[in-house]
Amino acid sequence: MRFAQYDPEGFFDEMFVSAGAPRAGAHALTQVIDALPAGEIERRQRSAERALLAMGITFNVYGADEGTERIFPFDLIPRIVSAAEWRTIERGLKQRIHALNLFIDDVYHERRILKDRVIPDYVLETAASLRAPCMGMRPPHGIWCHVTGTDLVRHSDGQVYVLEDNLRCPSGVSYVLQNRNLMKRTFPQVFAASRIRPVDDYPSHLRATLEYLAPEGIDSPRVVVLTPGPYNSAYFEHSFLAQQMGVELVEGRDLVVSDGFVWMRTTKGYERVDVIYRRIDDDFLDPTVFRADSMLGVPGLMDVYAAGRVALANAPGTGVADDKVIYAYVPKIVKYYLGEEIILPNVPTYICAEEAERRYVIENIASLVVKSANESGGYGMLVGPHASKKEQTAFAAKIAENPRNYIAQPTLSLSRVPTIVEGGTFEGRHVDLRPYILYGKDIYVLPGGLTRVALKKGSLVVNSSQGGGSKDTWVLAGDPRLDTDRPEVDTVMATMLQGQT
Amino acid sequence: MLSRVAESIYWMTRYIERAENVARFVDVNLNLMLDFPGSSDQQWQPLVDITGDTEDFKERYGEASQASVIRFLTFDTKNSNSILSCVRAARENARSVREIISSSMWEHLNQSYLMLTAAASRRREISDPHELFSSVKTASQAFTGITDTTMTHNEGWHFCRLGRQLERADKTSRILDVKYFLLLPKVDDVGTTVDDVQWAAVLRSASAFEMYHKRHGRISPTRIVEFLLLDEQFPRAIHHSVKAARESVHAITGTPTAMFRSPVEQLLGLLCSELAYAQVDEIIAGGLHEYLDGLQTKMNQIGSHIYDTFFSGRPAAPKRQVQRRVGVAPMA
Repeated sequence: MRFAQYDPEGFFDEMFVSAGAPRAGAHALTQVIDALPAGEIERRQRSAERALLAMGITFNVYGADEGTERIFPFDLIPRIVSAAEWRTIERGLKQRIHALNLFIDDVYHERRILKDRVIPDYVLETAASLRAPCMGMRPPHGIWCHVTGTDLVRHSDGQVYVLEDNLRCPSGVSYVLQNRNLMKRTFPQVFAASRIRPVDDYPSHLRATLEYLAPEGIDSPRVVVLTPGPYNSAYFEHSFLAQQMGVELVEGRDLVVSDGFVWMRTTKGYERVDVIYRRIDDDFLDPTVFRADSMLGVPGLMDVYAAGRVALANAPGTGVADDKVIYAYVPKIVKYYLGEEIILPNVPTYICAEEAERRYVIENIASLVVKSANESGGYGMLVGPHASKKEQTAFAAKIAENPRNYIAQPTLSLSRVPTIVEGGTFEGRHVDLRPYILYGKDIYVLPGGLTRVALKKGSLVVNSSQGGGSKDTWVLAGDPRLDTDRPEVDTVMATMLQGQT
Repeated sequence: MLSRVAESIYWMTRYIERAENVARFVDVNLNLMLDFPGSSDQQWQPLVDITGDTEDFKERYGEASQASVIRFLTFDTKNSNSILSCVRAARENARSVREIISSSMWEHLNQSYLMLTAAASRRREISDPHELFSSVKTASQAFTGITDTTMTHNEGWHFCRLGRQLERADKTSRILDVKYFLLLPKVDDVGTTVDDVQWAAVLRSASAFEMYHKRHGRISPTRIVEFLLLDEQFPRAIHHSVKAARESVHAITGTPTAMFRSPVEQLLGLLCSELAYAQVDEIIAGGLHEYLDGLQTKMNQIGSHIYDTFFSGRPAAPKRQVQRRVGVAPMA
């Protein structure tokens, strides 16, 4: 088990500049792993998997009966992000969330961005995730997207791009924390030798963010996490976050609206609830406003929310910014609201509703990735180069039928990270990165994130439902000499220091 | 504490306790068989009667035999009182409250479940039943220990104890009922080795053999009934269990022990007094079976009042019941 045989094969590799040459910050890890006796890394890998099973850190597979709980596959080789690069990512994410929040607020109020003709009217009018009942709503402090998990990818050109914004109920942060725990157990000496920024304080940041939203005049607000229940695929995360924050985990049936407030049923009667971190979709929140058949929500909840007597995170209606056609306009959104150029670029996107772009997409479908505007989780998409002629034709027909519902992007060559494969050797596997951003009193970016890895050789699809796994993400604290708020200085110094190591 | 959470905790410990009891019955019976080689399968039917699933068993298995009863009580997932079903139900409940209980509790229960499913999938016949049953017992006892040492002794912990103690009282009363009924009629055996061994088995079914001997020395049916029913200090005696359940109910409600404010407090108080002042000779004279029948009825009533008081989630309108934050002005 040696990295000496590892070959990046011409892909951008997050750990090696080229075969045998680890990137700055990866030395300690490669040395430790290279020094391990034969079979040891596999033994540690198996022991990490056993630990996940024993801790019951599993997700439910829908539609199956027994043995339906699976662990989310975890690979011991982390993704390492340098301090300087992280600083750019962090600035870029803060800028993006700031602008998107202003956009959502504008959408549900004056819609200046339409009047100023930055975004065509039709885009908003036809957005499936626009929620009419949210028009005119004023969430506390004007914040709509409190928790975001933005998906980033790196292309072979070395640039980090934003692939999609997840402003509804992004999941996965519990794996970030659990992966880190496992890694500390597995490679304590590497943690001692590297300066890896901790992620353990995420729950306290999340709790502070949620408490900031409480109605005015409440000293110690009651915060709860609202889950669809133990059979939801992300139930472990809901329960984990409630436990780590020290707040109640509730289901819809535990809550009741009465007398203009939201209450929870306890063994000693009813207690008032001030802030709800809801992990159920808008559509299921309140059957009297959204889907009438919802059994998961709380009838009357939206009235209490509109009256400012309970806060909801994220605010209902934020999903409008997840629309992939609106995504294509984010660089313009940033420019419009902040007067700045976007720091983290979008992947170039073709909007099928625009005639010229549609024609290009249909003609070049074999080389593009086509996505539907409102799906996630790797569903409703076509990876042109991996699809058959027949699938391409079928998808082109779908585009022609409902162009508003599709966008297309060039097929990216995602960067790779060494991953333990059958037989105990390392091979490169494609990864993405989902950092988590909290928007409360300030905007906070967790230094780390969920690195998802496509475990199948050559695959670009990292979703857990389609054979993906995860890795720990190490954001390096960097050299204290780099600890400055001036990124241009960092870049220069980082280059100089890189020569020294 | 949320009503739903309290209910899940209560059932979590009830199911764990139930699994342990089933494991103990079966294990003791297996041992008994070794002392009487060639004895008939008649000895197995009472085990099914103890769990109260006689009809279900008859329908699906017919005549009781060692193999069929063991299968029914261990890995049969259609039997909701089999060991595997109980541990699974306990784990499902734990899963829905894992942010309330300690991680150690959850991990221990999860591991026990994984151990059982692995054993269940291995083969149809259980290769070493004694080892299996003793690991179930140990897992349950360890869970109780982990609960006591890792969970704050707060409301949730008292619901843990409440569920466990009521289940234990219920099972001890069933052991007594079934065994007493079966053992006493055989007048010929009274005072023989067979008789002593059988009664020793009753004690072992309640893990009471050693403690009984320290207390009473010789095997005597009357003393055994007294020990399992009325002893205040032995942790599996009904009196002890009911008393502990009562303490937990009062800790949850905050009502002083000498008073009652709800039917559940009243019924538990009455039952405790009854057990404290009862005489075993009078009970036997009046018919042990009848007495235990009455006891079962009372415990069922207590169970349903616990549901109404703590779990039903249908108390009066919130306005009048608010405990916290009375007087906070509504925000516009």
